[in-house]
Amino acid sequence: MTRTPLRPLARILAARRAGENPDIIERQNLAERHEAERDSARARAEGRLLVLGVVFLCAFTMVSLKMSMIAGSDPVEPRAAASGAQILATRADITDRNGRILATNLTTHALYAQPPLMIEPERAARELVKIFPDLQEERLLRQFTGGRKFIWIKRRISPEQQQAVFDIGDPGLLFGPREMRLYPNGQVAAHVLGGAGFGREGVSSAEVIGVAGLEKAMDAELRDPGRGDVPLALSLDLTVQAAVERILEGGMRLMNAKGAAAVLMDINTGEIVSIASLPNFDPNDRPQPLTTGDPGDSPLFNRAVQGVYELGSTYKIFAVAQGIEERLVSRSTMVDIQGPLRWGKHKIRDFRNYGKALSVEDVIVKSSNIGTARIAQMIGTERQQAFLGDLGLLETTPVELIEARGARPLVPKNWSEISTMTISYGHGISASPLHLASAYATLLNGGLKVEPTLLKKDYPVPGPRIISEDTSRQAREMLRQVVTRGTASFGEVAGYRVGGKTGTADKPKSTGGYYEDKVIATFASVFPVDDPQYVLVVTLDEPVETSGQEPRRTAGWTAVPVAAEVIRRVAPLLGLAPSLSLDVETGTPTGITLARN
Amino acid sequence: MTEMVYGSVPTRDGEPILPRWWRTIDKWSLSAVFLLFGIGLLLGLAASPPLAQRNGFSDFFYVQRQAFFGTVAIFTMFAFSLMSPQTVRRLAVIGFACSLVALMLLPILGTDYGKGAVRWFSLGFGSIQPSEFLKPLFIVVAGWMIAASNEVAGPPGKSYSFALALFIVLLLALQPDFGQASLVLFSWGVMYFVGGASFFILAGMAGLTVVGGALAYQNSDHFARRIDGFLSAEVDPTTQLGYAANAIREGGFFGVGVGEGTVKWSLPDAHTDFIIAVAAEEYGLILVLVIIFLYATIALRSLFRLMRERDPFIRLAGTGLACTFAVQAMINMSVAVRLLPAKGMTLPFVSYGGSSLIAGGILIGMLLALTRTRPQGEIADHLIRRGR
Repeated sequence: MTRTPLRPLARILAARRAGENPDIIERQNLAERHEAERDSARARAEGRLLVLGVVFLCAFTMVSLKMSMIAGSDPVEPRAAASGAQILATRADITDRNGRILATNLTTHALYAQPPLMIEPERAARELVKIFPDLQEERLLRQFTGGRKFIWIKRRISPEQQQAVFDIGDPGLLFGPREMRLYPNGQVAAHVLGGAGFGREGVSSAEVIGVAGLEKAMDAELRDPGRGDVPLALSLDLTVQAAVERILEGGMRLMNAKGAAAVLMDINTGEIVSIASLPNFDPNDRPQPLTTGDPGDSPLFNRAVQGVYELGSTYKIFAVAQGIEERLVSRSTMVDIQGPLRWGKHKIRDFRNYGKALSVEDVIVKSSNIGTARIAQMIGTERQQAFLGDLGLLETTPVELIEARGARPLVPKNWSEISTMTISYGHGISASPLHLASAYATLLNGGLKVEPTLLKKDYPVPGPRIISEDTSRQAREMLRQVVTRGTASFGEVAGYRVGGKTGTADKPKSTGGYYEDKVIATFASVFPVDDPQYVLVVTLDEPVETSGQEPRRTAGWTAVPVAAEVIRRVAPLLGLAPSLSLDVETGTPTGITLARN
Repeated sequence: MTEMVYGSVPTRDGEPILPRWWRTIDKWSLSAVFLLFGIGLLLGLAASPPLAQRNGFSDFFYVQRQAFFGTVAIFTMFAFSLMSPQTVRRLAVIGFACSLVALMLLPILGTDYGKGAVRWFSLGFGSIQPSEFLKPLFIVVAGWMIAASNEVAGPPGKSYSFALALFIVLLLALQPDFGQASLVLFSWGVMYFVGGASFFILAGMAGLTVVGGALAYQNSDHFARRIDGFLSAEVDPTTQLGYAANAIREGGFFGVGVGEGTVKWSLPDAHTDFIIAVAAEEYGLILVLVIIFLYATIALRSLFRLMRERDPFIRLAGTGLACTFAVQAMINMSVAVRLLPAKGMTLPFVSYGGSSLIAGGILIGMLLALTRTRPQGEIADHLIRRGR
């Protein structure tokens, strides 16, 4: 128990001695202390209340000042457009490698109705149908007079249409700003750009999202608000792209093909300068996907990227180059080509009988299946798989198109020796023209791995070495021979020293087996061979050349002339000067001065 | 003789009640309260029709309700201001006990009206929010406790009242209603400060707040984003804050005109939390400054009168009431001008809301009762210094 001391002790003791009641003294003392305490507390509180008062005064003054500052600043005018501008900034423009616009944004308006605000729903419906003939008057009227409070009428309208709707004068017809994606070049590079549509939608704005192609694959980057107004520069060259598409269209018509694709790639960087697929479409007005039949027949189908075809003899150069690289053969090694070459129940034949034996170089020049298959036998399955894998022919391409992610090359499930042999001349393995272009670029640029890309590269990034520079040079020289004295003689373009390899593959039936009279004709080329700059792959789907007595379908008659025309037209655009030197092999001047075409 | 004939003259112990009330009441604060209530009705005429239309009532449904509740609140205020401090304290203790029980019963009997926080009891014709009533009553009770602790050999009232405050904060945080919780804590802190907290503790608390804030800013992305968003000059025009700021700008100094404002159509809380934006838009900066001036008048005059107050309980409870009232108004307006991060808090007497109005009436009534002029022993101070 705590004992309370008797205070003030001296007086209490004195009082006790005197016989007085000490409690009175103690009470008095307590009261005095209490008074003193209260007075000091009051003095302290007075100061602190003053502090509080000043703090509150300051705070109220600050609120007033801030309020005055806001009230004195100019209102943000008009609010809706401000948020529209924000959306404009959220999707970047797309340009070609020289900064020419491929995709940009345009402010239009969406038309909606708020029936509770409408004055004359009948007249509004009648007038709207006059402006937009595709609307139905009864349906509009039903919506306007029903219980709904909000109706979208048109997602995008032109300024003229907007004015006409204004002139109806009904307060219930309202406009919301809409950003739309505009592709000013129409069909040019349609498959690359893909298209865009609306995502989440509000009255004052709507999200623009990519629905296909690069717009979808790069959607996050394009919409990154941190990007500012920096456009996305592609590796495409708009001029070259337009030229390639026109020539390809003409070639497709001349060769009676139902489709065509072309890939033009920078051989050192993998930048795709032009990529085309026909038939194409207008990304401003994307057609609906086909609901029946083969999706490959839709104009939306990107043959250059999605089209996985057997590309035929264009693969032969891979086997021969690998044979030289592994020192199994040299260019002059003679290979037995007596046919048919039997393996189990399979027989491998050549298109024609080329005799008993051909040098390795001539196997390429004459395009001998048997000779290539024999070289592949020497290489063996494992090394072949590894090499094709190094060239990127067994995986999807990393190109920035959403469609590329689904285009995986078709390879045999059971990669036996006969598979190795047929694959060496491009049968039993399917890949897209883009795969082929990348593999050719890797093989022919001196042997450094190339990854295809649609984005402009500021500087080349050398990939890992796949084959030696010497092998690469020999491969180019052999491909040159194919053009000067082989199957691709139409491929000669004066001054540009084109090298390349043809490939004609029968189209597989969906039911199994192959069509007799439907082929995929491909020409994979490189130019100029002595200083390689570009790889061009042209593929025609079911071409027939009918100028001769019998229909000709081989690539040499179909794809090669188209590719040659592309090079003839595009090479100057790419800044390549024609060479005036004498052609070493033929001894004839190939200068531009002698070219007649 | 006269007394024998006419009976004795009735004697009174002092002045009649009403004249004395009129003589001792703080007439400036009283007028300010009436003006605020009038402004609240005026703004309600502008701000509440959109809500009434949305909810399918006649345009001025909420104004009528506001007028009704306001009348009740004013009578409550009047009744409380008539009482002596002792009666105020007794009533407050009883009322506090009741509202604390009501607050504890909320999780069982309360409704959330689909707003995600259980704060209300539904009474059929309306709803009641116990925390609004709890706040002023708690202040009086806590003021009493802290005052008692300053007596010689008094109870440890500071610790008790702090424990009580923490308990209430816990209950409010469970609803969740962090706005009211922080107000309760603030009111306790103010009374503790005036009741004689040592500067050492106060400085330590301030230091801890700064250190804690800095740590939270560095370690919590969420917190840092909130603060960055608050500090950044840009404000997204599609948020409530954006609309409010724009409304203040549109209003300028003299407003766009009565009924011409548009912000009330865009802001769901235009009639409660953002009523100041409506005021700024329709009547301009002028009315906003008048409103701020009225709140400042009530707070500063009350504090000034309390400075001379001798009784520790009256001083503490009065300080708590006046400061809480002023801070609530200030937080509400600071949010609208982005001096503070968003926090749902009503503008006392101006915002729409029955509970808030009547609780405000109780608060101001008690404050007026406590700030009435009464003898403070000035003469005794002069004459008898008791040897000190």
